[in-house]
Amino acid sequence: METWGAQHAAGGRLPPSLRVLRYHLFSYLRTWRSSLTTSFLAPVLYLAAMGVGLGSLINHHVGTVDHVRYLSFVAPGLLAASAMQVAASDSMYPVMAAIKWIRTYYAMLATPLAVKDVVLGHFGWVTVRLVITSVAYLGIMAAFGTVHSALAPLALVAAILVGLSFAGVISAFAATQENDQGFATISRLGLIPLFLLSATFFPLRQLPGWLHPLAYATPLFHGVDLCRMLVLGQLDWVSAGWDLAYLVGLCALGLVLSRRLFTRRLVV
Amino acid sequence: MVARFGSVRPVHPPSVSSLGAPGGGVEAAEGAVVTARRLTKAFGDLVAVDHIDFDIVRGESFGFLGPNGAGKTSTMRMIACMSPRTSGTLTVLGRDPETDGPAIRARIGLVPQEDSLDLQLTVLDNLMIYGRYFDLPKKVIRERAERLLAFAELTERARDTVEPLSGGMKRRLTIARALVSEPDLLILDEPTTGLDPQARHLLWDRLYRLKLAGVTLVITTHYMDEAEQLCDRLVVMDKGRIAASGSPAALIERYSTREVLELRFVGHEPPGHDSLAGLGERIEVLPDRVLVYADDAERALGELEGRGIRPANWLVRRSSLEDVFLSLTGRTLVD
Ligand SMILES: Nc1ncnc2c1ncn2[C@@H]1O[C@H](COP(=O)(O)OP(=O)(O)O)[C@@H](O)[C@H]1O
Ligand SMILES: [Mg+2]
Repeated sequence: METWGAQHAAGGRLPPSLRVLRYHLFSYLRTWRSSLTTSFLAPVLYLAAMGVGLGSLINHHVGTVDHVRYLSFVAPGLLAASAMQVAASDSMYPVMAAIKWIRTYYAMLATPLAVKDVVLGHFGWVTVRLVITSVAYLGIMAAFGTVHSALAPLALVAAILVGLSFAGVISAFAATQENDQGFATISRLGLIPLFLLSATFFPLRQLPGWLHPLAYATPLFHGVDLCRMLVLGQLDWVSAGWDLAYLVGLCALGLVLSRRLFTRRLVV
Repeated sequence: MVARFGSVRPVHPPSVSSLGAPGGGVEAAEGAVVTARRLTKAFGDLVAVDHIDFDIVRGESFGFLGPNGAGKTSTMRMIACMSPRTSGTLTVLGRDPETDGPAIRARIGLVPQEDSLDLQLTVLDNLMIYGRYFDLPKKVIRERAERLLAFAELTERARDTVEPLSGGMKRRLTIARALVSEPDLLILDEPTTGLDPQARHLLWDRLYRLKLAGVTLVITTHYMDEAEQLCDRLVVMDKGRIAASGSPAALIERYSTREVLELRFVGHEPPGHDSLAGLGERIEVLPDRVLVYADDAERALGELEGRGIRPANWLVRRSSLEDVFLSLTGRTLVD
């Protein structure tokens, strides 16, 4: 008699979580045009506005920031922030849609796929999205002349980690929601303040001292810090280690939390 | 398929525990595709499925008939290995859903009560992505899709997006989708609820063909005509419990009379039980009509006239599962 490993029993070769990823790729390829423009347009607009507009003003008045032009300073911050944005938005409405509106997850769970596959597939898909947008961002940064180190490609890894650390906790949150109102709150009270205060646009020392611990506590700060060190080639191994540990830890937490809350929501 | 079923688990000798036997063993009846004993599902304090026993045999079309809230969907979701049971035992295709969910689901087709089609994608793409969840090769899915779309009368719509399709078309697509993996067991949760009569009849015809093709069907419905037309055997479910089980004909024979006289009284109070006593074996006074259960309804009608009672209109009909439900629970199926 045959042995019935989970894989074999489910009658397929490709690991189930990769089948979920394949679904996301398939449905993305059917509708890719709209999101692809935002992947490239947003960085061009941000860098142009920051570099040509704000940057020339700052360079004119205060000279360099942390020994580089303002555009070079701000670009890695925007790379990390855009990763946060992409991962967060892919983990809010699409997750809610797959639970409540289109019920894609229920369709999946009626097949050999299980909740862990749904969660891993979601993370895999967010990773693909992060690779696309971050590579685009870094390429455009290079075109703007803001890449100053051979370590810069490692900033892609940092950006992906930033994105996944947000994707984890936000998709876990999304799985607890009955409607999309909570997402607006997350954006207003979470993402936008982080975007503005995580040393994306100015060095942390510009903030009053009592705000520093708060900045250290947020994932975006660590992502921005890591990306900036790598892109500018100003690596401080100790703080890079802390940044990395923080981001990896939050990714792991998000994964565990998502698995648990997706299960609570979908398997009743 | 038969060989595959046999290889999963040796077929047990016929078990002594039959349908409805209290606290029976786990042993499946011969050829049982699904066996449930004291199967229970609770949501907090609410017991949605309350210690039910049933066996579904290979090749039959098995129904769960009951009103909204009876626990039909909860039962289907447990059989489909999408919802863990609270207690009791459940064996599906020879395996335990608790430990072998993915393996069982690989051989089940589910038509859920609520559609879960990808509305932005085309009809064909919906079949493709679903088949790919089972990791079927694209070529195989395309071949099957051609047959299934013809079966579902959707060939012309293959390349249209799903969103604008009618309710009946979406339902047929969901059935086609559930068949793409060539399941050993097809579960249909309220397949025709919300459809207009024409769409329902087309769907019934398709399900009847599946039944003739030997597919094991599990159907839930709150329409007695659907249950009568499609089910070889069924259980009548109410408030999480099984009130009765058997073939439609056997249930009618056991719980109702051969015929029913329906009386409507417009403009004045219907006569009370007393003035109708003895007309038939049983009288039901409903808000809008009075039902007289009698093996010969014409004779009851004659007697009614003899008593000087004149209904606004009357109807003699054969007993249905609706009458069975009424007799078992004192309530109507659809309110
Ligand atoms: N996820 C759930 N949480 C809490 N109660 C539920 C849930 N699903 C169903 N119920 C309750 O269980 C009972 C049976 O529901 P259901 O199985 O959907 O019945 P049916 O399909 O026969 O209409 C109902 O009272 C329903 O409100
Ligand atoms: Mg239901």
